Amino acid sequence: MSNLQSKIPEGPLADKWTSHKNSVKLVSPANKARLDVIVVGTGLSGASAISTLAELGYNVKAFCFQDSPRRAHSVAAQGGINAAKNYKNDGDSVYRLFNDIIKGGDYRAREANVYRAAEVSNQTIDQMVAAGVPFAREYSGYLDNRSFGGVQVSRTFYARGQTGQQCLLGAYSGMIRQIAKGRVTMYSRRDMLDLVVVDGKARGIVTRNLVTGEIERHSAHAVVLASGGYGTIYYLSTLAVGSNATASWAAHKRGALFSNPSFVQIHPTSLPQLNDYQAKLTLMSESLRNDGRIWVPKEKGDKRHPNEITEEERDYYLERRYPAFGNLVPRDVASRAAKERCDAGYGVGETGMSVYLDFSRSIGRFGEKTIEAKYGNLFEMYEKITGINPYNEPMRIYPAGHYTMGGLWVDYNLMTTIPGLFAIGESNFSDHGANRLGAGSLMQCAGDGYFILPVTIGDYLAGEIRTPRISTDIPEFEKAENEAVDKLRSLLAVRGKQTVTSFHKRLGKIMWDLCGMVRNEEGLKNAKKMIDELKEEFWNDVKIPGTLDELNQELEKAVKVADFFELGRLMCQDALERKESCGAHFREESQTPEGEAQRIDSDFSYVASWEYSGEGNDHVLHKEQLTFDNVKMQERSYK
Amino acid sequence: MEIKLKIWRQKDARSQGSFVDYNLSGVSGDMSFLEMLDFLNKTLIESGDEPVAFEHDCREGICGSCSLYINGRPHGPGDLVTTCELRMTRFKDGDTIVIEPWRAKSFPVIRDLIADRSAFDKIMEAGGFISVGTGSAPEANSIPVTKEDSDEAFDAATCIGCGACVAACKNSSAMLFVAAKVSHLTLLPQGHAESAKRAQSMVAKMDELGFGSCTNTGACEAECPKGISLAHIARLNREFLKAGFRG
Repeated sequence: MSNLQSKIPEGPLADKWTSHKNSVKLVSPANKARLDVIVVGTGLSGASAISTLAELGYNVKAFCFQDSPRRAHSVAAQGGINAAKNYKNDGDSVYRLFNDIIKGGDYRAREANVYRAAEVSNQTIDQMVAAGVPFAREYSGYLDNRSFGGVQVSRTFYARGQTGQQCLLGAYSGMIRQIAKGRVTMYSRRDMLDLVVVDGKARGIVTRNLVTGEIERHSAHAVVLASGGYGTIYYLSTLAVGSNATASWAAHKRGALFSNPSFVQIHPTSLPQLNDYQAKLTLMSESLRNDGRIWVPKEKGDKRHPNEITEEERDYYLERRYPAFGNLVPRDVASRAAKERCDAGYGVGETGMSVYLDFSRSIGRFGEKTIEAKYGNLFEMYEKITGINPYNEPMRIYPAGHYTMGGLWVDYNLMTTIPGLFAIGESNFSDHGANRLGAGSLMQCAGDGYFILPVTIGDYLAGEIRTPRISTDIPEFEKAENEAVDKLRSLLAVRGKQTVTSFHKRLGKIMWDLCGMVRNEEGLKNAKKMIDELKEEFWNDVKIPGTLDELNQELEKAVKVADFFELGRLMCQDALERKESCGAHFREESQTPEGEAQRIDSDFSYVASWEYSGEGNDHVLHKEQLTFDNVKMQERSYK
Repeated sequence: MEIKLKIWRQKDARSQGSFVDYNLSGVSGDMSFLEMLDFLNKTLIESGDEPVAFEHDCREGICGSCSLYINGRPHGPGDLVTTCELRMTRFKDGDTIVIEPWRAKSFPVIRDLIADRSAFDKIMEAGGFISVGTGSAPEANSIPVTKEDSDEAFDAATCIGCGACVAACKNSSAMLFVAAKVSHLTLLPQGHAESAKRAQSMVAKMDELGFGSCTNTGACEAECPKGISLAHIARLNREFLKAGFRG
């Protein structure tokens, strides 16, 4: 398996997707009706894939853990969705969008996949507008765009501060239309516990009905994971608290390689932690950085009210360090710079672990009304939580775990190393390299679900038209079900003293301190050891009330946390092995004299893809070498 | 601070429920309401009791999962907030807080504070969409939409489907929910073609699912965490009548 076949089509970069679409196998309408596809997750990638596959004529079985598919965490994306429409005539193009994503990802993503993501972005906007997504418009009636973190053109479409919710509702509406037509069977309030592999191919899943506790078997000719990211491994993150890695991890343990797990984006503009009981960190869209300026006092430990600190006494450290991009540097750069100032003692607030985001200059320049029109709901949200009115004094912000660039390895067809198992959206690793640019997540999710997977899955399913409907009464299903039940029973049987959440918090702290914004060899080795010890303690002392066959939220949490110990250990192994800094992965041992990330292309231009090799063992590394024929690899400078 | 909680406990959909009293000390003002419940649950679990089941996910007011009826109000005291955005600064030492699930015939309770709101998805299935298949969309800027229409459609589209409108209504009507959806799609030229049929079938589905009728008391608007306006109900009624005239 060390020779990973990415299956990138031959030919010039700009022609690859077109020529691939022209050469993949097709499935006739009559045959599609005989083929079943399972999709796990109903966020933007899942919902768009579900509606499109059903429109094509496949029988789709859709799963989500929420009570309704419309609540998946794509709803929380705030800032926008990118496309290369060039409506602003500012020199944008598919190539430039591609180039920005590759550069933003610090040259650790696959050229062909990224180019395709940029290529389908325009069609995605067309689709969403037609489905009724109310993107912001100008007075002329035409669509508005804004510039967004880390780029120099205005290519971001947005719906005030809730673009994700509006995009997801668009995709959800397409999906429920197919549910009404009987083309999709929706299974909500289900956790996927395992993947069923038959003769080497993905053939189904085992789920738990979260209301009755019943363990269920579902079969299909192909399985698509659209189950999102694993940023909740840090306990405190910007993610919905229910987000988890369980579906991906189950697939990984059944043979799907997991790539670049340590590439995690820490978002620079979240609200700082207020207390020990806090369950999540609230994101403030980075669009705020278009009009807000980030600063700390020049004087260490200056405890004065921010409005009393004069202009000369402020250190606008992003503008100082990165004059070309200033406050709009990419997320990883902004996050590390905030940590650097706070660690050096210049941070503000009670704990000294936050920095100011100041709108006074923009309010002075454009007026309060203009700022309110752009960010009104974000300002309100800030005031609701902190009691501080950001029109009168600066916000306080600090970085928080946000998005996982790592995920299941997929080839150009978005298929994992298990034939018939596909991964789309945040659950795969493919498009964002070592760092994702703002407004790139919705773009990738919708592109995967609407336009890419529906084509590539056909190429696989064309080979399945003679496979009859898969029975769930076969030994492979029985074995997977038994193993899932055994694991749940063992968790319940521990009957220890400590809550699941207390373990999750401790794991989160290890990950945040030692495998977060800054990593080093000693810390990562310690982290691995600490995680192993904590995992053992968990399996000996966790307390889960209730039983298997009822609605049991503690049991649901326990399943997720049990997987996080294993994933956390792999993240540390991955971060240890990559002895370079790139994008969000910052190894202290690998930095320039100015303290910027130092990539080592000669040794690390590859996708690190990890094979599971048994409980508690180190994973086995497989490398997919990356080649860059269409961009010049350069030091990512925002100066 | 120390607070007294009266919480609805119910084993499952078939069981009878009842209020159970808890005294909780050590509550801090900078906790969110749900963090206070997390804290209660930690105490319950550690002392060998069953934690209180409640729904939540994003915890930033956008997913619509949280759904508590607090001291007689959906999402508790305060305007334009969801339960997850509610802070304990709203309460003071010694307060009694009564917490119930949404109460509506169409939202049966399945455990403690969790009600089944899948009826909303059923209403959406009846017509809450624009029938455009993937791939058949025209260029996005080919149909201009006035900023006024677009902004008003957006205001309607901010509905998070939490169900507070139903919980607030003495008749458990889902009119504000349906109106928000119909209004959002009808105001856009892309959704206009199907608007009359959409209004008719969504209202019919709402009636079929047992939601009550609207008597214009405005309780829904007052409790909506996203400030969805009653004006959308007027638009829904117009679309509904149009459908009637067309037969």
